[in-house]
Amino acid sequence: MNLSVSSPSNINHQTMTTSQISLRHVSKVFPGRKGWLNKLTGQATSDFLAIDDINLDIEHNTFVSIIGPSGCGKSTLLNIIAGLSSATSGSILMNGQPIAKPGPDRGMVFQNYALMPWMSVEDNIRFAVETVYPKISPKEQSRIVKEHIQLVGLVGAEKKRPNEISGGMRQRVGIARALAINPQILLMDEPFGALDALTRGFLQDEVERIWEQERKTAIMITHSIEEALLLSDRIVMMTRGPAAKIDEILEVPFPRPRDRTTVENHPAYLKLKQEMEEHLYRETRAVEAARLSR
Amino acid sequence: MTIIKEKVAKNNQNNGLLENENVKALLLFLFSLGLFLAFWEIGANLKLFAKGMPTASLTLKELWWWTTNPFFNNGPNDLGIGWNLLISLRRVAIGYTIASIIAVPLGVLIGISKVASKAFNPYFQLLKPVSPLAWLPLGLYMFRDSEITGIFIIAIASIWPTLINTAFGVANVSPDYLDVAKTLGASRLRTIFKVIIPAALPNIISGLRISMGISWLVIVAAEMLLGTGLGYFIWNEWNNLYIPNIIVAIFIIGIVGIVLDQIFAYLEKLVSFGSKA
Ligand SMILES: Nc1ncnc2c1ncn2[C@@H]1O[C@H](COP(=O)(O)OP(=O)(O)OP(=O)(O)O)[C@@H](O)[C@H]1O
Ligand SMILES: [Mg+2]
Repeated sequence: MNLSVSSPSNINHQTMTTSQISLRHVSKVFPGRKGWLNKLTGQATSDFLAIDDINLDIEHNTFVSIIGPSGCGKSTLLNIIAGLSSATSGSILMNGQPIAKPGPDRGMVFQNYALMPWMSVEDNIRFAVETVYPKISPKEQSRIVKEHIQLVGLVGAEKKRPNEISGGMRQRVGIARALAINPQILLMDEPFGALDALTRGFLQDEVERIWEQERKTAIMITHSIEEALLLSDRIVMMTRGPAAKIDEILEVPFPRPRDRTTVENHPAYLKLKQEMEEHLYRETRAVEAARLSR
Repeated sequence: MTIIKEKVAKNNQNNGLLENENVKALLLFLFSLGLFLAFWEIGANLKLFAKGMPTASLTLKELWWWTTNPFFNNGPNDLGIGWNLLISLRRVAIGYTIASIIAVPLGVLIGISKVASKAFNPYFQLLKPVSPLAWLPLGLYMFRDSEITGIFIIAIASIWPTLINTAFGVANVSPDYLDVAKTLGASRLRTIFKVIIPAALPNIISGLRISMGISWLVIVAAEMLLGTGLGYFIWNEWNNLYIPNIIVAIFIIGIVGIVLDQIFAYLEKLVSFGSKA
């Protein structure tokens, strides 16, 4: 409604900071079903305040994970940053400029891969490159496509259709597609959520390796504490919804490049893990309690 | 390993010719066909059916004669069945193509816009269940030409399934694909041609398939009132009261219908790409 509430001085303040993304007082209300017809049929619902007054700054070249109980509004928040959904109030700035719509400066990896089933692996990536860089020569486009197929380890599967490859390979395509357009920020909504534990582990290592190479700003939603600790510089912990807020932001001090064993043997690992477990346990239990008392 | 091999071998042994499902089905088919022809032959000879009902052997003989002499031309009332078939196919092809050229783009436009689909839906819902033959007098009055009227009837009959299916397919493209296009900043036009239409293609093709089926149903009926074509062939033989040729024509119409349908079944398979990804 009032997207531009931030005063000019506020904007100046933002441009001076070093953060790449900053959220100021971001709230999202999903309007309920209203009107006499819904009331008559008993289907009316009230407005739902999903996230309330979120403030968050994300610096350049950091990997940030968002973790929180199911249904708290993580996807809502990420979709707002992606521009796929608009905030009801508050402002979202990227490099000091308000975000209004989706754009190729933010690359998105979808939980359910969202590959086009009629395009081969190669064509899915090429579609992204062609869309974002229509001006560069086809030869150069092919080079970018090939490079990213190599980056995610899909050589040999270029001509296969999405329905002919495994879930892990599909998500590799999803990651390659997001990276191929060279976005400033990588957004990932539970990228490994639909994978088995083993494949998940492999892909986490892969993402860690790729991230070390590219060091792009990344925002990832996850339900896995280990995953967040392995990959992130900072972990944003959200409270339960409705009206979810940011509870706490953890700094993850592990040196990079990381691998599973060095991370797990780091002195701070257990303490961080315990803190996150407690947070998630507390919030999830409160959600259940609220559900039962209804 | 060896156990599996033995099992496979055993299975193969059991899968003798008589065990195979397809062979069984074929045998049952041939058996029932034989039974049907025998019943027909005997029944017709004993005059069990209507008076003048031809025997199976006579009908088969006629079928053989018509299919081995498809192309002769002794004027419109004595035309080889091949010519009549081609005439019918030509009318269907023209009418169906016109309908499809209108229906697919219009369906895409309507499917994209929620307002348009709500606004125009009453027309389609109203016109879809109307028998195409109801348009015949109107067509004759407007065009004063039986050939154009025939094509008009085919077009008006085959436009609705394609239109409705296309609009449905376009309106129900998975939001995931649209989100991908949006996050890439794809233009509206690029989204339509590269994402929406390919995603809706299975629906479009099945709409085209239904439309083709309807065209082929309608052309026969329309031609009875128009002159030339397979429908007129049947009508003419009815006037001659020569029933075997009517049965021959029914058989040929059915076979051509199967062929047309199978072409679209093949196309459907081509664009389905297995399950969603
Ligand atoms: N379009 C919508 N209309 C109404 N309510 C919605 C809508 N989308 C989401 N919600 C509600 O907003 C809340 C947050 O949803 P969201 O999908 O962001 O949760 P999440 O944290 O991503 O959950 P999960 O971890 O299960 O993916 C939920 O309670 C959900 O019911
Ligand atoms: Mg979610």
